Amino acid sequence: MQDFKRTLITGKAISVDGNDIDTDRIIPARFLRCVTFDDLGSHSFEDDRKQLREAGKTHPFDDASRQKAKVLLVDRNFGCGSSREHAPQALMRWNAGITAVVGESFAEIFFGNCVALGMPCVTASRDDVQALKRAIAADPNTELTVDLVHGEASAGNVRVKVSMPEGARKQLTTGRWDSSAELLEGKDAVASTAKGLPYFAHWH
Amino acid sequence: MGKSLYDKVFDKHAVRKLDSGQFQLLMGLHLIHEVTSPQAFAMLRDRKLQVPYPERTFATCDHIIPTKSQLRPFQDDLAEQMLVELERNCDHYGIRYLSPKKGEQGIVHVVGPELGLTQPGMTVCCGDSHTSTHGAFGAIAFGIGTTQVRDVLATQTLAMEKLKVRRIEVNGKLRPGVYAKDVVLYVINQLGVQGGVGFAYEFAGSTFDAFTMEERMTVCNMSIEGGARCGYVNPDATTYAYLKGREYSPKGAAWDKAVAYWDSMRSDDDAVYADVVKYKAEDIEPMVTWGITPAQSTAVNAKLPAPSAFPSGDRALIEEAYQYMGFAADAPVKGQKIDVAFIGSCTNGRFSDFEEVVKHLQASGKKVHPGVRALVVPGSQTVRQRMIEAGFDKVFTDAGFEFREAGCSMCLAMNPDKLVGRELCASSSNRNFKGRQGSPTGRTLLMSPVMVAAAAISGSVADAREVFAFSS
Repeated sequence: MQDFKRTLITGKAISVDGNDIDTDRIIPARFLRCVTFDDLGSHSFEDDRKQLREAGKTHPFDDASRQKAKVLLVDRNFGCGSSREHAPQALMRWNAGITAVVGESFAEIFFGNCVALGMPCVTASRDDVQALKRAIAADPNTELTVDLVHGEASAGNVRVKVSMPEGARKQLTTGRWDSSAELLEGKDAVASTAKGLPYFAHWH
Repeated sequence: MGKSLYDKVFDKHAVRKLDSGQFQLLMGLHLIHEVTSPQAFAMLRDRKLQVPYPERTFATCDHIIPTKSQLRPFQDDLAEQMLVELERNCDHYGIRYLSPKKGEQGIVHVVGPELGLTQPGMTVCCGDSHTSTHGAFGAIAFGIGTTQVRDVLATQTLAMEKLKVRRIEVNGKLRPGVYAKDVVLYVINQLGVQGGVGFAYEFAGSTFDAFTMEERMTVCNMSIEGGARCGYVNPDATTYAYLKGREYSPKGAAWDKAVAYWDSMRSDDDAVYADVVKYKAEDIEPMVTWGITPAQSTAVNAKLPAPSAFPSGDRALIEEAYQYMGFAADAPVKGQKIDVAFIGSCTNGRFSDFEEVVKHLQASGKKVHPGVRALVVPGSQTVRQRMIEAGFDKVFTDAGFEFREAGCSMCLAMNPDKLVGRELCASSSNRNFKGRQGSPTGRTLLMSPVMVAAAAISGSVADAREVFAFSS
C-alpha cells in the first residue's frame, strides 16, 4: 500500500533564486489550456528559461547536472499571484518530480495547493536558506533532507531549523493531507451547520 | 470583546475542528470556470464522488473565451475542448452554467455579483485568486486550487486555517482623477506584495464608505496582490441597494430577514484586530506600476525610485524589474511610449469603469494615438449589453478603441488577445508579472481605466488630469 506519510524527504536539490516568483513564471498561462495536468512538467519556468538561454545564461531547471533534483530551494514569497494548482502540479511532474520546497516564505494559496498534493513547503530564515544553497552549490549530488518530524533541513554539513504551520505539518506527517476523506466523514455535521445558516434554506 | 466580520462569518461556517487543528469550513457559494475545474471533475469521477449541493455551484467561461467572436466551435481546439468539458460537467452534475448563448456569460467575478449570487455574511470560493473581489459585499471570499475545487464539489467544505485580520482604514475624500484602483495600488505599495500573507484585509474608513459597490470590488479584487487571500468591506446601505432586485437576491419577506442577518455580520465597533493601518485619501495620487510586481508602483508624476532606496534584500528584485522593463531609476514613468491599451478585467471591467472613461472621451473629443492598439473588453455580456444600450460602443469605436466581446482577455492572455514581443501595455488589469499578457517578454503598466485611456490618447503614459483637463 502507498505510504502517504511525509516525514523525511531526501533528494538531490535545485535552487531558484529571487523574491516574489509568481505562478505565472512557474507555469505561464498559455500552458493552462488543458484538461489534465499530465503534460505540464516540462514547461516549468519555461519563459524564464528561454530568456536566460537567449542571454547566454542557464536557468537551474536547464542545468544538466540538476535534472534529478527532488527538493527545490527558493527565496521569499514564492508562488505568489494566481491560485493555479498547475504550478505545483508542473513542479511535481518536472523530471524526477519536486517533492518538497524549502524557502524563506510562501504565498498562501500556493502553500495550500502544495499541502493538498502532499508536497511540504517549509520555511527557514534567510541566512539558513542561503546556507543550504551554498551547501548544495558545489556538488549536484549533495542530498538535501527535510525532516518534518524534527523540523530540520540538512545538506552536507549544514543543518538548519525549518518550520511550517502545525496543522499542515500534522496533515503531512500523519498522511492525512488528502483532505477529501476526512471532509466526507463530516457529512452530517455539514448538513447541520448548513441548517443553521439562514441563506442555505433560502431565508425560510 | 467584539468580533470582526471575518470572525463572525468564519465561526458561523465552521463545521468542526479537524485532527490537524484546521477547521472544516462550509462554503455558501462556489464559482467555477473552465481552467481550474476540469481536473477537479476528473478526480470526482475517479473516486466515484457525487456533488451533494449542486445548487451552490455556478459555472462560467471567461479565461479562454475569444473576444473577437464567440461563435462555436472556437478556432482554438484546446479552448473549445475546455469549454465542451465544462458544459458536459455542468450538465452531468446539475450545475447551472451561465451560457454565452443566453447572454449570461462573463468573468466569474463580474457575473457572480451581477446575478446577486454574492451576498453579505457568506463564504465564497472559486479556483481563481481574484475571488477576493466578492469580499466587497461583506463576504469571506478567497481563491482555491483545483484539489480544493474537488473538495468543495464533493463536500461543500474546505479544510482551512483561520486568518488574522488587518483593518486598513482610508479616510477622507479622494482628489479628482484618483480612483479606487489608485487606492488599492497605493495600499499594496505601502504594505508590499507579501504584507498580507496570513491576513484577511478589512477595508474601512470614510473613503470606502463612500465608494460604490463596483469601486469596492476593484479594491477587494486586488487584496490578493497584497498577499491577503481575502479582503472585505462591511455591508451597508450601499451594499443592500446594489443587491435589491437581482436574480438571486432574496425577495419579499425574505429580504427583511436577509438584511437583519447581513447587519448582524458587520464587524462590531469594539472588534479587535491583529493590526490596524490608516491612510489619508488626499495623500493618494494617480498610480502607475513600473515593475514586475503590483507593489512596484509610483504616483504618475514621480521619478522612479533608486534601488538604494529599498532594503538590501529587495534590491536584486528592483534591479531585475528595471532590466526587464527597460526603465531607469530617477526618470519618470510618465512619457514612456506605449503600444497597447487594455480596459477590462475582473478589476476594472464593470459598467461604471467604462462610464467614467466615456465621460472624459465625450467631453474631450480626443482619439486614440495612431499606432496604439486599444481594446475595450466588457467584464460580462450584461455589462456589454448595457454599454451598447447607453451608446458606449459608439463612443469607444469613434475614439479609436476596439469594442470586444466579454471575457478575461488580455489580463492573462489565455485567449487570442496577446501582447507581441516587448510591447508595453497600459492596462486596467491586476497583474504586471513578467509575461503575464501573453508575450514572454511583454510589459505591463497597471493603472486606472481613465489613466489607460489617457495613455491611449497620448501614445505614452500620461497624467489623465492633464489629458482630460480635470478641474481640481
